[in-house]
Amino acid sequence: MKLPVYLALIERSEETLAASYRVVSEGHAAEPDVHFLLQTLASQCDKHRRILAPVLERHQLSDESDVPESLHHEGLSSTRSGPLGLLRDLQDLYLAASLVDITWTMLLQAGQGLADRDLIEAVQQCDGETSTQLGWLRTRMKQAAPQALIAAG
Amino acid sequence: MTDRIAQIWGTRTPYAQGARWPARVDQALAEGVGEDDVDAWVQSACLLCSNGCACDIAVKDGAMVGIRGRADDTVNHGRLGPKGLFASWQGMSNKDRLTTPLIRENGVLVETSWDTAMGRIVERSRQLLEETGPLSHGFHTSGQLFLEEYYALGVIGKAGLGTPHMDGNTRLCTATAAAALKESFGSDGQPGTYEDIDDCDAMFLFGHNMAETQTVLWSRVLDRIEGPDRPLLVCVDPRETEVARHADVHLAIRPGTNLALMHGLVREVLEHGWIDDSFIAEHTIRLEDVRAAVEPWTPEAVAETCGVPAADVRRAAEIFGTADRVLSTVLQGFYQSWQATAASCAVNNLHLLRGLIGKPGCGVLQMNGQPTAQNTRECGADGDLPGFRNWENPEHIRQLAELWGVDELKIPHWAPPTHAMQVFRYAEQGSIRLLWVSGTNPAVSMPELPRIRKILADTFLVVQDLYLTETAALADVVLPAAGWGEKTGTFTNINRTVHLSRQAVEPPGQARSDLDIFLDYARRMDFRRNDGSPLLDWSGPEDAYAAWQECTRGRLCDYTGISWTKLEGNGVQWPCNDKAPEGTERLYTDAVFPTDLDRCETYGHDLLTGATVGPTPYKAMAPQGRAIFKTAPYSPPPEEPSEDFPLRFTTGRTAYHFHTRTKTGRSRPLNDAAPGAWVEVSPADARAHGISEGDLVDVTSARGRIQVPVRVSDIAEGTVFAPFHYGYWDQPDGAEPRAANELTLTEWDPVSKQPIYKNAAVRIGRVAASTGPSPAPTTTASRPARGTGAGIEPTTGGPAGQASETVLEPEES
Ligand code: SF4
Repeated sequence: MKLPVYLALIERSEETLAASYRVVSEGHAAEPDVHFLLQTLASQCDKHRRILAPVLERHQLSDESDVPESLHHEGLSSTRSGPLGLLRDLQDLYLAASLVDITWTMLLQAGQGLADRDLIEAVQQCDGETSTQLGWLRTRMKQAAPQALIAAG
Repeated sequence: MTDRIAQIWGTRTPYAQGARWPARVDQALAEGVGEDDVDAWVQSACLLCSNGCACDIAVKDGAMVGIRGRADDTVNHGRLGPKGLFASWQGMSNKDRLTTPLIRENGVLVETSWDTAMGRIVERSRQLLEETGPLSHGFHTSGQLFLEEYYALGVIGKAGLGTPHMDGNTRLCTATAAAALKESFGSDGQPGTYEDIDDCDAMFLFGHNMAETQTVLWSRVLDRIEGPDRPLLVCVDPRETEVARHADVHLAIRPGTNLALMHGLVREVLEHGWIDDSFIAEHTIRLEDVRAAVEPWTPEAVAETCGVPAADVRRAAEIFGTADRVLSTVLQGFYQSWQATAASCAVNNLHLLRGLIGKPGCGVLQMNGQPTAQNTRECGADGDLPGFRNWENPEHIRQLAELWGVDELKIPHWAPPTHAMQVFRYAEQGSIRLLWVSGTNPAVSMPELPRIRKILADTFLVVQDLYLTETAALADVVLPAAGWGEKTGTFTNINRTVHLSRQAVEPPGQARSDLDIFLDYARRMDFRRNDGSPLLDWSGPEDAYAAWQECTRGRLCDYTGISWTKLEGNGVQWPCNDKAPEGTERLYTDAVFPTDLDRCETYGHDLLTGATVGPTPYKAMAPQGRAIFKTAPYSPPPEEPSEDFPLRFTTGRTAYHFHTRTKTGRSRPLNDAAPGAWVEVSPADARAHGISEGDLVDVTSARGRIQVPVRVSDIAEGTVFAPFHYGYWDQPDGAEPRAANELTLTEWDPVSKQPIYKNAAVRIGRVAASTGPSPAPTTTASRPARGTGAGIEPTTGGPAGQASETVLEPEES
């Protein structure tokens, strides 16, 4: 059964995403909304990992090397500067969050296939927040794009 | 004669539930002027808060010499408060008024002609349009201009230039009112009306120090309180305000925890089944979201987070749940605080749970701060489109393009119009290179002032105003504006009442109305419609108003039935059209809300993050005329007390001043009543810091510092308060900082984008011993703490603070 692989994947992806949110939050602290909101989103990711922990207990990964590197997102370790830099960083976050989002979808399917009520409930507690994260990133990028691409020096 | 400085709310005229509020005509005339000396009384409405009290201006020898209330008007029944009585006219006729345009030459502002000043703006504007396009232009307007002026500005920005960067300082005072109404009911538009005060059994004031912000409205409440069947009163405010003193339950919560309290109240109401199941089933959606969000918020959990007794939370919820008719009002304590939109929507939710909306005595009044903020919102001079249109709805954009005769693509609608804080950020980053400020003073009113002043100084800045404000002093071009009583136009108050304000006197020197200035700019820029005709061919305010009426046709804020002739005399409440020819007292009497996909002003947001919902998911929700329960989980404020900054800092208003005191500071009785800044500290905190009344202290946050005298007041322990009115225009150079916004932080609500003025962390330290009591008034929330007032002179008005009050007998019916 490959479910543990995907559980390990989401666990890692949430961790990376939280770290990336925090990096961008600090790197763009001069954008107060970005700064404060990304802190909130990062703590949502932390919470997701806590919610998932009991499920992970039950479905332990036997071999770490089973997790395909190609599905892993590196995350952001530094930020770019200026209006365009902000846009690029938000776009990177968008990609990282998308990976988490689609992984939740697959886990939900697996949970249903297994009739694993705990897994289903865990996913349902988390995946809504992840898609709202994506929604916010989209909203913020839409707002920033024209100014960054047309008017900023 | 009554001393209306000492007696802010005047003499009581008690009345019973369901009766008409007795009329009392308040009048103040300049010293030495008698009624017989007055040449003319000219109809207007007061422009010093969002109440919009109807009045007549007294004119003698071409000057404004006094004022009286209009007895028959629905808003004030003849009354005026201290600001209306004294500052409205005294604040205009002052030797400091700007009388000629100024331009900056070699670093200093020098007098010039209109032609040169406008020429300089147009030259800059054209050059930037050529180099970068319309995104180089930003506008920051006011809540104090007239409807016609906002609409002109809105059309210039959206159809002339094509920039989304236009907002008002209304963002600072009222954006959350609009946001909460839009999220819950689909559109901006005040559901309730002032008559609901006459009919209610209980009143909830959420973060609304009505006694000081809308003094005449509070007189109405006081008259019910002193009447034979007083309504129960619940007050949510960290300060011991006048409202709190009359309250049956006073919830003095910690600043920043509003949403936790609201969750607790909603939870109690649900828990006890104090709800109207059939109303909920027929007229609302998504109750399940609310159930989930409030689940953890037992009264005990609220007590822990908010710092109020659990029993008080229970009692407040019981009053809400069991009184027949409940009226709620909401203002800055919620709007300028953490999670503003979510907390304000929770008030709407309480009313929806019980179906207490659209019925006498059962209103929600999401209040406004400034007098004409409503028009800034309606006319598209802030982050909204004119006529409550939805920027995400292509049909709404098409309607505007047709009205204005321009291409749909000209109208920026790829994202919501840029909010004020972001406009300043773009200016800071140098992508907005022309910033035009009209009728407001961001150099004092914005958060984190050191930063704002630098932005204003570094950007090509146009300022039009009555006085050389702190902001105007930093401008490249200063335009002298005509103000209240010097121009004709309309404006709308908080309960949708439209008033006509007529010109009473000539403006000083070369000052021009804001409308004339905007129309002149449009002419010089040669903005045109697609058919080649001028974009703004209006010759004056009446043309502008007619164009506005067309823009509102069929929308919730329908003005088509409100002609200027109809406004001769008293105000009319919109919507007013063929179907409602006399106007509309209350909205939603049929419990049908403007949430339809085609009609709504927004598809809504996630209240925690501000992510837009978007048309497809909104359609899937199928609100179809039902109200929407919107909520978010509580999260703690971004800045909480720490070791370095152990106290909670909050800001607010006093009854004697408006905004940054450009008018009230120039009225002697008002200025004498509250002549200087102060900070309020609780007796316990004062003891802990070794501070007593009148001591000079430094208040310091992570962003800045102020040095002001202390008033030991009955504010909640752990919280300190400073009024935000005081800036620097009447201070000597090099004076110590005193503006409350030196301390506030730059962050805003994710949905309404209203800045958070009410939660910061500070420390306080004694600088010098008292040389006398602080200048804080003794008649308001800033009164000395119980048992500490000895030796402090009570605030009075003396001869200059006198006004007459004439109570009219009710007509036989
Ligand atoms: S309550 Fe407001 S509108 Fe009425 S007189 Fe006072 S300041 Fe003016």
